[in-house]
Amino acid sequence: MADLAPEKLKDLELKANKIRQLIIEMLVEAESGHSAGPLGMTDIFTAFYFHILNHNPKNPNFSDRDRLVLSNGHICPVQYATMALSGYFPIEELKTLRKINSRLQGHPHRASLPGLETTSGPLGEGLSQAIGITLARNLDKKNYYVYCLTSDGEHEEGNTWEAVMFAAKNKLNNLIQVIDRNYIQIDGNTENVMPLDSLKAKYESFNWNAIEVQGNDIKSFIEAIEKAKLEPNKPTIIIAKTIPGKGVSFMENDYHWHGKPPSKEEAEKALSELKIEEEKLNA
Amino acid sequence: MLNPDLKLNSKLFDEDVEIKPIRAGYGEGLLELGEKNPNVIALCADLTESTYAHLFAQKYPERFFQVGVAEQNMAAIAAGLAISGKIPFISSYATFSPGKNWETIRTTVAYDRSNVKIAGHHAGIMTGQDGATHQATEDIASVRSWPNIKILVPCDSVEGKKATIKASEIVGPVYLRFSRDKTPIITTAETQFEIGKIQTFWTSEKPAATIFATGYILYYALLAAKELEVENINVLVANVSTIKPLDENAVFSLAKQTKAFVTAEDHQVIGGLGGAIAEYVVKNIPLPMEFVGLQDTFAESGTPKELIEKYKMGKNDIKAAVKKVIQRKS
Repeated sequence: MADLAPEKLKDLELKANKIRQLIIEMLVEAESGHSAGPLGMTDIFTAFYFHILNHNPKNPNFSDRDRLVLSNGHICPVQYATMALSGYFPIEELKTLRKINSRLQGHPHRASLPGLETTSGPLGEGLSQAIGITLARNLDKKNYYVYCLTSDGEHEEGNTWEAVMFAAKNKLNNLIQVIDRNYIQIDGNTENVMPLDSLKAKYESFNWNAIEVQGNDIKSFIEAIEKAKLEPNKPTIIIAKTIPGKGVSFMENDYHWHGKPPSKEEAEKALSELKIEEEKLNA
Repeated sequence: MLNPDLKLNSKLFDEDVEIKPIRAGYGEGLLELGEKNPNVIALCADLTESTYAHLFAQKYPERFFQVGVAEQNMAAIAAGLAISGKIPFISSYATFSPGKNWETIRTTVAYDRSNVKIAGHHAGIMTGQDGATHQATEDIASVRSWPNIKILVPCDSVEGKKATIKASEIVGPVYLRFSRDKTPIITTAETQFEIGKIQTFWTSEKPAATIFATGYILYYALLAAKELEVENINVLVANVSTIKPLDENAVFSLAKQTKAFVTAEDHQVIGGLGGAIAEYVVKNIPLPMEFVGLQDTFAESGTPKELIEKYKMGKNDIKAAVKKVIQRKS
């Protein structure tokens, strides 16, 4: 992976801004879906698809590609928008999200859309699927990395911890989990619904390599991935602190935006904020 | 008489008929696959010996994964392995897998058409002394409602081995159901086995009813047929080793031929073999049916023999059901 030059960083930030606009446009068209998570994870998706991943939108299944497994499937609008912008399918297709006969299912369906590694939505299953992919990688003596994106809420699922124990037992150091630590879930703040802190201490006691990072800082996030790749024995978790709803002032850090789309008026307001930000970045 | 074309065990009705747990066939089949196919992987959730996965684990330790008591994790790891071209077999007791991990399999295996083979062991009240918590009696019903999956229920350990090997040869999800106790060997190595085919194991002149049986209960059905013959009641006995997809052509032709059905299974009468056949029959060729199985109740601890008697799933119950269904024809 090349060093991150200032121009490249600026380009990534502009792409993230564009993806946020696409997410708002998709959600208002779909009239249902999740807003906060996709906006909060946009910087991380941008870093993956435009810098970190070894992938090829024109040949999504080549065997040596890095694998990106999205476990908390409900934030798929950000994955769809990022994939479209990086060339997996036409950007216009984003308007079909959640509609009849669309490849863009409400929660990701692997068989529907080339480039999706797994099917997800029911929480707590993605880390296990990513483990299976990593075991196959090791058996086949391949060199790719397996990245698994999870949510904090799904750490309330027992299945997640089953997977956490298994990955440490089997020393899956090529498995890198990124948790979207945004502190919100449908019913409120995670620490009220079911306290999860300290995730770092929990993971370290489960024998994982744990790294904390500001998830909306693209440069820091990329550096954290570089650090994770150096770990020789343990699986790594990058605890990415993100701002849910990032980039839209009235959505940021408000759990009510976890599971609903913007209205037409709200979308216009959100888009105008994002366009002002785009102009600033371009200046 | 036993269908001579199928080369069944000629000593089936002897008192010293060979008995063996059907689940042993899983272990033997898996072991053979280990040698034949480097992509076959086995996973188990702390029940390696009782599901006979230990045979594979000992010989191919690099392709065996012990997941601990974590059936959801096991299913989704298997899905990940299958995505990467492996053929994972997962085994546990059926109450836990596909019971406890039902949704995990639904999403990551059935919906995704993953090439995962789910071996559910200790199925039915035959599990005995462990009690109802460990007797899977709804697994067929709950798995059968999933699209994309095939369901195989072997009648003996010989068929169990064949079913395990055949499951690896088709791409896509398969549920294999095994029971615990030693049961009579009905088939032989020469008996043909094909996924999706119903076979008539007992034939007779002018049969008045067909008994469909699945799993080890087939033995009781054959005993029933033999005794009924002495009473001048002729029946056919069909082995339904594939419950899904159902061999509809065979069901149709047996319906034409006998015009009355009895189903027999170690499973709830709701949604299992009986349910599957009834769904087809009602739509295509309605006829009287009787259902032998667990009658919408949980069972309890006891020996398999005691449980089969108390819950009316044995030879005499099948005979009574045949007589009743024949009466209903007129």
